[in-house]
Amino acid sequence: MSTSIREPLIFDYSRTGRGATAQWVAEEAAPALPAALRRVTPPALPAASELAVVRHYTRLSQLNFSIDTHFYPLGSCTMKYNPKACNSAALLPEFTGRHPLASEKHSQGFLRCMHELQEMLQEVTGMQSVSLSPMAGAHGEFAGVAMIRAYHLARGDVDRNEIIVPQAAHGTNPATATMCGCVVREISVNADGDVNIDELRAAVGPRTAGIMLTNPSTLGVFERRIEEVARLVHEAGGLLYYDGANLNAILGKVRPGDMGFDVIHMNLHKTFSTPHGGGGPGAGAVGVGPRLVPFLPVPLVGVEKRAGGEHFRLLTEADRPQSIGRLTGFMGNAGVLLRAYVYMRMLGREGMSRVGEYATLNSNYLFARLQKAGFEAAYPERRASHEFILTLKRLAAERGVTAMDVAKRLLDYGFHAPTTYFPLLVPECLLIEPTETESKETLDAFVTAMSEILREAAEKPEQLKGAPFTMPVRRLDDVRAARELDLVHR
Amino acid sequence: MSNVPQDRLYARSHEWVRELADGTIELGITDHAQHALGDLVFVEVPEVGREVAAGGACAVVESVKAASDVYSPIAGTVVAVNEQLAAAPEQINQDPYGAGWIMRLKATAPLAGAGLLSPAEYASVLASN
Repeated sequence: MSTSIREPLIFDYSRTGRGATAQWVAEEAAPALPAALRRVTPPALPAASELAVVRHYTRLSQLNFSIDTHFYPLGSCTMKYNPKACNSAALLPEFTGRHPLASEKHSQGFLRCMHELQEMLQEVTGMQSVSLSPMAGAHGEFAGVAMIRAYHLARGDVDRNEIIVPQAAHGTNPATATMCGCVVREISVNADGDVNIDELRAAVGPRTAGIMLTNPSTLGVFERRIEEVARLVHEAGGLLYYDGANLNAILGKVRPGDMGFDVIHMNLHKTFSTPHGGGGPGAGAVGVGPRLVPFLPVPLVGVEKRAGGEHFRLLTEADRPQSIGRLTGFMGNAGVLLRAYVYMRMLGREGMSRVGEYATLNSNYLFARLQKAGFEAAYPERRASHEFILTLKRLAAERGVTAMDVAKRLLDYGFHAPTTYFPLLVPECLLIEPTETESKETLDAFVTAMSEILREAAEKPEQLKGAPFTMPVRRLDDVRAARELDLVHR
Repeated sequence: MSNVPQDRLYARSHEWVRELADGTIELGITDHAQHALGDLVFVEVPEVGREVAAGGACAVVESVKAASDVYSPIAGTVVAVNEQLAAAPEQINQDPYGAGWIMRLKATAPLAGAGLLSPAEYASVLASN
């Protein structure tokens, strides 16, 4: 990577009268548009030549850290390699050219893919039925808790409005519960990372609507007493919500339906092959057990036997009168759903298990090697799931070197930083998720870099404060950026 | 080691309270809390007149790392808020026990029965973490 490049903004390349012929605005406005609706001043778009534009964006892309160029062990985010074939198939003109309002007759191929995707997701999660509508993880959470509310209300159980959320849950969980009109009851986790069962026992009761759990939790460990948690919540009349933001660790190995969960959302963009980061697009499909099936958001893809074979059609409010309704204009993000479909078809059942095996093997290998190199585990007695947490609190206390310093220095060594300062329960933490798509050589190179940084921390800790040294920009002042928010380029 | 002044009481969730001369209760977050959060970039204070429950969320402090609720260890009515924090949230980092106060409450019950920690008790909570 080149150093110290200060690439100007595209606006700085703008010269009056210059432009790319391909992008020239038509001289004649659309004749159907009444004069009163036409803009008077032209839009303030940069006027740059095609070559200047190509060079500008190519240079910007070269300044990027991306999964196509670097190891990216960003915990909780699953920055794994997504096969290009998934993208190519989703971009077939037969898919991209299909209008969302096209008739069922002209959409049988697309609907068949979506129906098979629903069935594959049911199979892999152990759920009875799946809706593909939600557009992202938090949207899927909203659908899930809205269904839990609808279930209790349909039974006349109107006072059940408490959602139990363990400390180790995703931050979106309490927000979701609040959005759905519920009250959040937080319970703590034990020092070993499992849910505090005594607090759970005290928290459940006639007002319990449900519990939201992530398993493996954000602490990177598998909840060992999950069956007891399920039994306690069910006995109290509540339902279990599984935050399936990341399924990599359990794929083909454990099914949330078998653990006793009633509803799950799945971030298809994390586990099932859509490049993500930067805010989307995503897909947060929801799966449910028998109790919540009537409440699934519509549309769903149903199938009917007809003369001449199977006919796929969208099920609507007319078919599902108890549905919580529509969450999006059409049915989720079709492109993301198609990528997930192709990915699952390519992997097959056996490939799914290999994802689970390699995601956890890579994680545990890296975990063991980094501990041997001198890093402190936040939960040393626990096996890692698809990710694990190191705490640098000793390094911070003894050397003044923080998790942020180590993260920034890693960039100089050619690695994207792991997640820092999340989860908040663990001081000075690094949350590391290698994913199943990395080779042993890459993991070993990462350990070498981390060991080197540890040595630097011992020998010249003050130098780490200035890292990164070789990036296009140095340490950014994120505090000032947040305090003096300025999003205008001039 | 974090600074734990002797002239006030503490909550396990890292807030402090102290009784002012006029009988109102001043509330803020501790030195340990501001340090753990890092540089604050935004503080949301309640409206004057709002009723807060004991243990209820009454303000939000946000740093580049995280946004956290501030809990009132006592029940009462908000009688004043630190308006300066809107423009200068860093006052909490610089002076958590003085200029960084967050709100003043008219408590519905005396502090004595609120289950608060003494400075020594709070210091030992910090030491055990």
